[in-house]
Amino acid sequence: MSEQPGFLFTFFNTRVLLAALPEVAKGFLLTVELALLVVASGLAIGLLAAMLRLGGRWWINLPLIFVVDLLRAVPPLVIIVLLFFGLPSLDVELSAFVTTWITLAAVLAAFAEEIFWASIRAVPKGQKEAARSLGLGALQTLLLVTLPQALRIAVPPLTNRTIAIVKGTAFGSVVGLSDILGAAQSVTSFTANPSPLILGAAAYVVLFTPIILLARWIESRLAWSH
Amino acid sequence: MADFAEAFLNLGILSEAWWLLAMGAGRTIALSLLVVPIGLAAGLGLALLCRRGPAIRRATALFVDLFRALPPLVLLILLYAGLPFAGINLGAWGSVAACFLLNSGAYYCEVFRAGLKGVPLGQEDAAAALGLRPVQALRLVLLPQAVRLVLPDLVSNTLEVVKLTSIASVVSVAELLFQARQAQSITYNATPIVAAALTYFVLLWPLVRILSRLEEARLRSSR
Repeated sequence: MSEQPGFLFTFFNTRVLLAALPEVAKGFLLTVELALLVVASGLAIGLLAAMLRLGGRWWINLPLIFVVDLLRAVPPLVIIVLLFFGLPSLDVELSAFVTTWITLAAVLAAFAEEIFWASIRAVPKGQKEAARSLGLGALQTLLLVTLPQALRIAVPPLTNRTIAIVKGTAFGSVVGLSDILGAAQSVTSFTANPSPLILGAAAYVVLFTPIILLARWIESRLAWSH
Repeated sequence: MADFAEAFLNLGILSEAWWLLAMGAGRTIALSLLVVPIGLAAGLGLALLCRRGPAIRRATALFVDLFRALPPLVLLILLYAGLPFAGINLGAWGSVAACFLLNSGAYYCEVFRAGLKGVPLGQEDAAAALGLRPVQALRLVLLPQAVRLVLPDLVSNTLEVVKLTSIASVVSVAELLFQARQAQSITYNATPIVAAALTYFVLLWPLVRILSRLEEARLRSSR
């Protein structure tokens, strides 16, 4: 059967790859932009929520914990699909980009809240008491004494979780986002050749491998100094 | 408020779509029962491989990092839509199984590796000195201690794997999200998707609660 095209022709087809490059590059930028937005907003909201929970008022904490649990139990892809196909019936139409951003930011915020909260509580009580007896105010104690120590505890689990959630940007392609995966898929179906998918996969590996290695390094550094 | 209930909590729609959702939920559970053991076995296998010398360890680390860098949905589409071009057709379930073997295997490997590393070296020597074969030593001495060390991570990983089965909907496996999408597109109403989300919540909430307890207990004991 000489009709069977060669492996290189199929999976590393130069002509198709060159044609796909601009689209996948655009998708790459979109993925990076989305990832940065998710990380910044997710971590900020998570930290804020953790501080809110430290306030200890039950009428704040009960609904807060419920929402956090909800966001930790329901798959992000389900939330994306729900917002994208459900909200238009309330005359709220969000783009695929905004839908994916909001969803992943909320999910990251939920996980980050748990990690921040548990880490703050893991700082020994004596630290806080010592700071207060030195004359530091409640806010100063939190910002200068408790949080720096808590962040150190929080960083390893937080980086791993953040990476896992940010990889969920690929879910955006399910609701039509032209991120790396979306772009690669559309060129693949257009050219009837899987090379763009390989290019897309390579783009993700290029994007995330340095971050994973960085996370490993941070983890080993923090473990070393314990 | 009436509009909201009509669009998201429509009991009429639910009474027509519930059996689709029930079938989907059943398949999600079946899918989880398939891919969690696959991931665990692959992860444990890789972690044990890591103990066989530095060259193998580095190769395994490369493999693990590669599949941790690749979003699972990308891997799934590569397997499902890319491999057939090479004449390998795994089908939807086969692609999902292979995807979780590689992706979850990589994550579970990290967990098991950390756990096994935490067991004191003397334990293995002691087991050998008592005449246990390597497999017995692993099953009776090393694994029980390793698993206890990383229990929160094992539970957390398993929770993520079960949630991740929702990506199977993208390759038309008729699990919970897929069925909810079907029902939604037939009825033009989002209630089935809300019901699906609530089903995931009800199924996984106990696990989330247990996990919170385990993680907090560990953070405190580490101080």
